[in-house]
Amino acid sequence: MSVTVDRPNGAALTIVSGNGESLRPDPDVPRSKRQVTPVMVAEFLLAATAGVAVALTLRLVLDWGGLLGSLLWAYATFIAVLYTLVRDRESAEVATDRLATTLVWSGGVVVIAALGWMLVFLFVHGVKKLRPGFFTQDLSKVSALDEGGGAKHAIIGTFEQVGLAAAAVVPIGILTAVYLNEIKGRMTKPIRFIVDAMSGLPSIVAGLLVFTVWVNGRGFSGVACSAALFVLMLPTQTRASEEILRTVPDSLREGSLALGAPQWKVITRVVLPTARAGLLTASILAVARAIGETAPAILTAFGSSVTNTNPFHGPQASLPLMVWDLIRQPNQVQIDRAWTALLILVLFVLIAFTLARWVGTRGDKKLGRRR
Amino acid sequence: MIVGTALVFLVNEARPALSSSGIWHFFTSSDWSPGTGQFGVFGVLMGTIILATTALLVGFPLAIAMAIFINEYAPRRVRAVLTSVIDLLAAVPSLLFGMWGLYAFQARLVPVARWMSEHLAAIPFLRVPETTSVLTQSSFVAGVVIGIMVIPIITSVSRDVMAQAPREQCEGALALGGTRWGMIRTVILPFGRSGIIGATLLGFGRALGETITAAILLSVVFKVNWHVLLIGGGSVPALIATKFGEASELERSALVASGLALFILTLGVNLGARRVVERKVPGR
Repeated sequence: MSVTVDRPNGAALTIVSGNGESLRPDPDVPRSKRQVTPVMVAEFLLAATAGVAVALTLRLVLDWGGLLGSLLWAYATFIAVLYTLVRDRESAEVATDRLATTLVWSGGVVVIAALGWMLVFLFVHGVKKLRPGFFTQDLSKVSALDEGGGAKHAIIGTFEQVGLAAAAVVPIGILTAVYLNEIKGRMTKPIRFIVDAMSGLPSIVAGLLVFTVWVNGRGFSGVACSAALFVLMLPTQTRASEEILRTVPDSLREGSLALGAPQWKVITRVVLPTARAGLLTASILAVARAIGETAPAILTAFGSSVTNTNPFHGPQASLPLMVWDLIRQPNQVQIDRAWTALLILVLFVLIAFTLARWVGTRGDKKLGRRR
Repeated sequence: MIVGTALVFLVNEARPALSSSGIWHFFTSSDWSPGTGQFGVFGVLMGTIILATTALLVGFPLAIAMAIFINEYAPRRVRAVLTSVIDLLAAVPSLLFGMWGLYAFQARLVPVARWMSEHLAAIPFLRVPETTSVLTQSSFVAGVVIGIMVIPIITSVSRDVMAQAPREQCEGALALGGTRWGMIRTVILPFGRSGIIGATLLGFGRALGETITAAILLSVVFKVNWHVLLIGGGSVPALIATKFGEASELERSALVASGLALFILTLGVNLGARRVVERKVPGR
């Protein structure tokens, strides 16, 4: 997100916030110093003990709620007791401040814990059926009762569908961003409006769109899914690319123009190479999200249990589709397969993610920025 | 251009179902019977809104807490890690959310729901008809999980907005002897208010369109179910996803029509949200 202020002399000053840090001149100087005194630790522990005690009592005596419920009760008591203890010692302002600190920290912890739980759960269940054969077999000759079978067809499908989509989205997205940010022609406002309108599109509606326009006449295919993914990825790719382009300092542009370079050269020789790492990061992140898109695939590629290497003809499986099909069957073997396929899917996403981060930090060093 | 043609196609496809049951009827009734050609999307649409609201009730506090945490409380090195965590949360496929929700989380959540239905029955929508009602696959369970899913979008937009609060005022508040929370409350939050509202609307739009998690965790029924703790709720995307495979020609067109309704709804929400967020451009 960036903020653009129009100066009275017609120039536009852009303030960029990548992760919130560049807007604050010096993130090293903390806004307020926090010292943890022994009294605070004592209060914390006392409140925590009270929380646990109350929860246990409620659980054993009144049989209220399960594990999650007990945790919630413990937390609520903890908060209340902590507040009272601090309030007793200091003013209400300070007590509220402590309360806020605790709440905010808890929020962060809860979110991280949930994510961790999900990943661990996935790993535990997905590993069960993970074996080399899973990558080389598909589901065409196995039934719900056999051992064996794998995700080869799905992996190929995902690669092809997402690959085709990315091959189209990345150039077009970057070009659009270049138009919006560098060229700023007359179509800027309408294009920006359309990009904004497209960006909240529910994935299922994108699938519906492609279905009604294409599949209904010609049948399911992998490339139809690519088209749906294209529609979904384009707004995010464009917007992210635009932000990256905005981080390229104007001085570079102005310097090149002052040296007499035409604008297209400024764009291709100066702006784009400087932004390359950021653009790459944005593209990889867009791909990472597209890998897991299930809803549009249901309506376009439809899925299958047979390997179909031709994305232009006939239904094709993909990792999300495979998981979707398998988990709705009541057979535990199928569900296990689904978990393993999901594990592979998430692994791909994580790999793409790490790749994006790595590319990003390398690029930042080149640009001389501190993250 | 592309969007326009696609819309035309959609509307065209939707027309058979619409004409078969009448446009007004489509949007205000709740029956769904392929046999008689009557399709009413009101119940499912309301259900979708109820579901998204529940999601927001859970997701909003966590997301704001996360945003404030990252911006104000976290040590500098931890900040980058946390930003990655949020991005990761956004990139995780909804399939994982759905399956985790179904196999790991729901069992833990149902006792809480049961407690709420028994002890908080004074609040109307927390009631359930009988004490032995089934509480799985409810709007509540699905809502909580979807709530977690919308955290990233609310957090990142809120963070950007909150970071724009003028530093002099923040430091001024602290210099006058205020606490950290006091500074946040009096400076950062008022400045960020419209941005945070916009961020929440974006999250709402996201929750409205969430397909897979709803399809896995929710049992789609057609009547409006105000008892969020009770099994059964509505979700247009989940409806489309689950019924599409075996739908007849006419039913398919009805599904397209409901997708169209959803699209218009989310479009409105998202455009409104963007306008609210971008209004924070300072002209002061």
